[in-house]
Amino acid sequence: MLQIHGISKVYKTGMFGRGALRAVDDVSFEVRPGEVVSLIGESGSGKSTIGKMILRLTPVTDGSIAYDGSDIALVKGRALRGYYRSVQGVFQDPFSSYNPIFKADRVLSMVKAEYFPGVSTADWRRKIEESLHAVSLNPPDVLGKYPHQLSGGQLQRLLIARALLLDIKILVADEVISMLDASTRIDVLNLLGDLKKQGLGILLITHDLALGNYISDSAVILRHGRIVERGATAKVFDDPRHPYTQALLASVPRLDEKWSDSAPPGREAFDADDAVGPLVQVGTDHFVAGAA
Amino acid sequence: MLAVDDLRVYYNTLKGDCRALDGVSFDIADGEIMGLAGESGCGKTTLGKSLIRLDSRMRYVDGSVALDGEALPLWNDRAMNDFRFRKVSIVPQYSMSALNPIRKVGRMTSELLEARGVDPSDLQPELERRLKLVGLTPDVLGMYPLELSGGMKQRVVLVISTLLDPSLLIADEITSALDVSSQRAVSKMLVEFRDRGFVKSAIMITHDLAVLYQVADTILVMYAGKLAEKASAETIVRSPRHPYTKLLLSSLPEVGARYETTKLRGIPGRPPSLIDPPTGCRFRDRCPLASAKCVEEPPFVEIGDKHQVACWNA
Repeated sequence: MLQIHGISKVYKTGMFGRGALRAVDDVSFEVRPGEVVSLIGESGSGKSTIGKMILRLTPVTDGSIAYDGSDIALVKGRALRGYYRSVQGVFQDPFSSYNPIFKADRVLSMVKAEYFPGVSTADWRRKIEESLHAVSLNPPDVLGKYPHQLSGGQLQRLLIARALLLDIKILVADEVISMLDASTRIDVLNLLGDLKKQGLGILLITHDLALGNYISDSAVILRHGRIVERGATAKVFDDPRHPYTQALLASVPRLDEKWSDSAPPGREAFDADDAVGPLVQVGTDHFVAGAA
Repeated sequence: MLAVDDLRVYYNTLKGDCRALDGVSFDIADGEIMGLAGESGCGKTTLGKSLIRLDSRMRYVDGSVALDGEALPLWNDRAMNDFRFRKVSIVPQYSMSALNPIRKVGRMTSELLEARGVDPSDLQPELERRLKLVGLTPDVLGMYPLELSGGMKQRVVLVISTLLDPSLLIADEITSALDVSSQRAVSKMLVEFRDRGFVKSAIMITHDLAVLYQVADTILVMYAGKLAEKASAETIVRSPRHPYTKLLLSSLPEVGARYETTKLRGIPGRPPSLIDPPTGCRFRDRCPLASAKCVEEPPFVEIGDKHQVACWNA
């Protein structure tokens, strides 16, 4: 289980780092095994920064992240490898995750060199085939191919297969579907759903509300680095309490109704009330900032 | 009005011709916003680019395009200059790449107008008026592109590219990189520009059918360099006839659909290679309705009121 306790991230900005930008501000939530949590926010809301902090790609300024009860900031050296055995990330652009001059399956053999040097070649082959089947890829279709010979969906699934080789417990999926076509996007989402059933905890970082709603068990809505609403997906999406959540949902293009002609509640309308209050419980598993 | 007849544009590759646009014919009426949808690699961006400028890898093969009764000389890069910006204009996929990073927005606009023989001072009041219309202050003219957010850049490019009131605007994925609230604002602006007559008609290229349903009057669905279906936005979404359109729509998660209750499905398979594409219907390998007839190429025919489909079994 991944527990995030009041984390903040301050980036230094401007010349000589005199300015400070609070990209993430006092954010807390949990990712339990067998649960998909979607972290939803617009650009600049700090959602990717949270993913990076969980993957230890950038340090936490304040607060702490605990995996199975131990603070991940304290994990160092060889123990870090143990952390990465359990927690892995997959990112937005599958094409830039591969080195184009090497074959795509090099990402798999690098896992063997780093984590499983003792495993025999035959056992490793079997392991690769198992994980490729888990992401519904046909091994001959992808093994020995260069990245440009594979589609975005195949590359993205290969990266998930790579993470599965490590027997992970938590997957941080940062905008994994936004670069994919509608026809393959849903297959990758369904794959995440299947993995969840097998007990994987997934943090799905996305700006797409419809996709977040489709797959996740609970949702965290971020704005300017702070949580404005959090809770069970059904509660947050069917009964949004915060005006920002309501405005976001009203802007989602739908196929069953057209945008109303009323002035779009753009984000400018909310820039004034920047002071987001503390989270208040408004129902079972439903928290709203400032309890509007 | 735009009339495209049997347009063919191929890419030159080392392995031979890539038939990205292989015989497309359609019309756009005055005042129409036509949405152009399809998977990546279906030729939708190629179609948009062909109507304004062929890049060095693209080769005009056949077909004709007429805008307001005047033939566009697509094959002649120089002759097309008389039409670009004045008659046909484009908002490209990445607004950042349309703006010069080392020029302030105002200076870039002036240079652009001068290059087309227009005195920028004549249009200055109109430029400021239109910027105000899209919710920007004239201050942006004194800023570098770096100082603008993605949504602001997209709006600036929309204003600049329609400044000479072109007959046709090609909007290529203008909303794809934006957040939902900016996406909505930019889409509504395109409609408003049409309503105010700043553009006579527009082609909005995107893979997002839900956005098109909000904005477009008609939707044209392409598959592997060919047309699959064209009809009003309402008809495409409510009663599509082509199996590809149906599958594409059914793979979209609606607000309300959940993995636990209604599991959606993607379209199995991949589009065919366009270097030496298969004969007959190009969708037949992935099509649930495919029959023996599909080895022959289906014609793009009208089956209802302004509803055209290329499928034997539709």
